[in-house]
Amino acid sequence: MNVVPLDTLWVYLAASPLLSLLATLVAFALAVRLNRLLGGTPLLHPVTLAIAILIGWLWLIDMDYPRYFEGAQFIHFLLGPATVALAIPLYDHRERVRRLLWPLLIACVAGIVTAVASTLGMALLLGAGQETLVSLAPRSVTSPIAMGIAEQIGGIPSLAAGLVLLTGSIGCALGPGIFRLLRITDPAVMGFSMGLAAHGFGTAHCFARLGTVAGALAGLAMGLTGLLTAFILPLVIQLLGMN
Amino acid sequence: MPLVMGMSMLLACQMLGELVTIGLSLPVPGPVIGMVILLGGLLLYGKVPEGLRHTGEGLLRYLTLLFVPAGVGLMVHGALIGADWLAIVLTLIASTALTIAVTAWVFDWLQRRWGVSGSEDGDR
Repeated sequence: MNVVPLDTLWVYLAASPLLSLLATLVAFALAVRLNRLLGGTPLLHPVTLAIAILIGWLWLIDMDYPRYFEGAQFIHFLLGPATVALAIPLYDHRERVRRLLWPLLIACVAGIVTAVASTLGMALLLGAGQETLVSLAPRSVTSPIAMGIAEQIGGIPSLAAGLVLLTGSIGCALGPGIFRLLRITDPAVMGFSMGLAAHGFGTAHCFARLGTVAGALAGLAMGLTGLLTAFILPLVIQLLGMN
Repeated sequence: MPLVMGMSMLLACQMLGELVTIGLSLPVPGPVIGMVILLGGLLLYGKVPEGLRHTGEGLLRYLTLLFVPAGVGLMVHGALIGADWLAIVLTLIASTALTIAVTAWVFDWLQRRWGVSGSEDGDR
């Protein structure tokens, strides 16, 4: 991997999207290497590592987030078509999904209720502020949906997006241990619960570590959870009189 | 050309999804609707075109990378998270663990009860 000659071309580089784009790719490659060196531990997920490296780097070169995003947006943009592409593994595993339709739907509702109830309950107990509370509520939903929900129920959309990402990395770190504890080895079950609790992070993790069956079900869980939560959560918040 | 065709199909579905979301003012993001549209299209067509599979699976293989730019945005919320950080971190850890456990347990139990083995993915 080439190292950019920073000293002479700095003025040009800092203004061009190239630097952020390259930095993102290099940080990711570095994070994957580092994670592999550490024995592939899910506690330090490559994404979490890459994000930490990049935040450190931006702080070091004194670049603000909007400036960085000007370059990184080209990578960010691909999230859209990648989400659409989740239809492909779903199509490949359509038989299994059809056979499991009812268990899937019931498990999904159970998961959403657990996520929302435990989040609001714990945050209330620990005395989080009202804005934090309402921004926490949609945290297990994929970030674009979560931002929409947070706005609807009176939270802060950008904070919600940040909490969604934290949830994702925490889910990837905790998942394998929980499955071992519950003695669950079926990739379909692991994928579905990871997609439900840790949205896109969990889905990506499943594709990378557990194969396409887990990935397909994680993608399904992510979409289903997003759709259902978008309808359920505003009602719950209204019922609890929080908005 | 297969890459161009595959990407065009993905972007077309996303665009249709965005149009539906905006047109009906749904609280769901366009790409998710786009995914539903593509799934419907594939079910009708009966197979995955080679170019689409090539492009789509390539994107999904690097899905984790695509989250990095949004994740770096956490740096903007440092102050907001700082105020309630203990409550936030404890809540996130406990609640995420509980959610994974409950979902996995319920799904596993139902799957057994439904009597589906979950193996072999035959075609219809």
